[in-house]
Amino acid sequence: MARKFLSGNEAFAYGVRLARPQVISAYPITPQTIVVEKLSEFVEDGSLKSEFVHVESEHSALSCAMGASSTGARAFTATSSQGLLYMAECLPYAAGGRFPVVMMNANRSTALPWNIYGDQRDSLSQLDSGWIQAYAENAQEALDLALMSFYIAEHKKVSTPFMANLDGFVLTHTYEVVDVPDAEQADEFLPSFETDNKMSLSNPKNLGFSAGPDTNTYFKYKEHTGLLNVREVVKEAEIRFEKIFGRHYSGLTESYKTDDADYILITLGSISGLVREIVDRLRENGERVGLLRIRYMRPFPNEEIARAVRNAKAVAVLEKDISFGNEGTVYTNVNSALQKAGINIPAANYIGGLGGKNISPQEIENIFEELKQEETAVRFLGIGVR
Amino acid sequence: MKEIIWHGRGGQGAFTAARLLGEAYSLRDNTFVLAFPSFGPERRGAPIRAFTKLDEKPIGNRSEISKADYSIFLDDTLFSKQAYDELRPHGKILLNTKKKIDIDSVITIDGDSIAEKYLGLPITNTILLGALAAVSGIITLDALTEAVKQSMPPRLHEKNIAAVRAAYEEAGK
Repeated sequence: MARKFLSGNEAFAYGVRLARPQVISAYPITPQTIVVEKLSEFVEDGSLKSEFVHVESEHSALSCAMGASSTGARAFTATSSQGLLYMAECLPYAAGGRFPVVMMNANRSTALPWNIYGDQRDSLSQLDSGWIQAYAENAQEALDLALMSFYIAEHKKVSTPFMANLDGFVLTHTYEVVDVPDAEQADEFLPSFETDNKMSLSNPKNLGFSAGPDTNTYFKYKEHTGLLNVREVVKEAEIRFEKIFGRHYSGLTESYKTDDADYILITLGSISGLVREIVDRLRENGERVGLLRIRYMRPFPNEEIARAVRNAKAVAVLEKDISFGNEGTVYTNVNSALQKAGINIPAANYIGGLGGKNISPQEIENIFEELKQEETAVRFLGIGVR
Repeated sequence: MKEIIWHGRGGQGAFTAARLLGEAYSLRDNTFVLAFPSFGPERRGAPIRAFTKLDEKPIGNRSEISKADYSIFLDDTLFSKQAYDELRPHGKILLNTKKKIDIDSVITIDGDSIAEKYLGLPITNTILLGALAAVSGIITLDALTEAVKQSMPPRLHEKNIAAVRAAYEEAGK
């Protein structure tokens, strides 16, 4: 283990190097660029033996990674925002083909208006593509997620592509202290990629085929159960990870002081760090508040959310996303979890951080204050409207 | 937590200074750091800011610093009265200038002359780091030297370490 001072992008690249993908294909886009630059440096200096393919677009980047995966190779790509949208056609293709490609997405706003800063509208718009979706809070988790993502995606019970999301700039471009595991430990954690779902001269089979109305639902059902299996495989991966590296992760969600909390703020990504600090500050004043951080949006942590908020008086969902004409998509998903569990408490939705807008400590405190009114409402942060 | 704001113009190395300070601080165990620039298009000569947050526990707030313990100006053309608004009580401004300013909260250093002598270039980011070490005690000279070695290209080591040391001695007078 080596203590290094790295940006989120660099930390993720170190994690990918430890996973030794055989093929990396990528097209640069701000704020993702540094992760692929770093990986190309690793390939150049010989510290990573990988085929680095410079493609001409994001559509080709994912097509190439998918093609590599279909030969049984471990494949990685990375993108952001418009790049993710440009590869959108290939997302369900990789998922339906059960090709466990790993992709880092640097969360960034989508045009128009043009904006290079962070929000989560890019990845959340692709929730239905069949990919696993995880959201890191800090650079250490980014590195650890890079390593774990291959384990989870390639697991025989899963065989599903994995999108690891890092908030653009506030995570991808911020330097932090990161423990970088040794290669030997990483090898112990991550087995090499073995699959029967590949092109093979000795065992030829049909890949990427058609399935008409009579059989299509069977394939889609299998795809669905593959994603649901992620729940147990994440647990397995994290236990294994903790044994080898000593760092603990808590599955699809992270509960912080929720057990006795009256009011819980549910959120995802790097803003969770600030919410945790505000929870501590308010707790010092005797306020019973908590944080529930969603780590995985797919599969969605229905049971974990229900368990965490069961005794709360009200919850709020803070997200860097809006599904225009309705509400935040995370909020929609959370409400579904509450409804299925028969939990009937007020739930408010706060839309913040769009296009990189700062979310201040005071705004988080205000959310907790407003939660006491126990209202169900959708509100935009920081633009003076109610 | 110690919070430091860096002011510079694109090309003067304000973010490099913010990062070097963070790296130097992180050489001790059980330390936590966030170092980041003001995000946006980067243009040579345009004003930029960078931020370093140092603590002995995890730092959750990734927002830009609004009230700093030290606000550092690599370029005195960026310094104005507004600088006092971004200081905490007892916060200090560290200003690279040839002028004499007689205000308690402002510490001046003629970094350009040191840069000229040791680097042969008007780049003062590592010089202001050395001055910060001398006036604040936030970081040691040894840690800064080590950070320069770890993260700057080898051809820049000797000159910058000498410049950091000269600034440390000058500011410590």
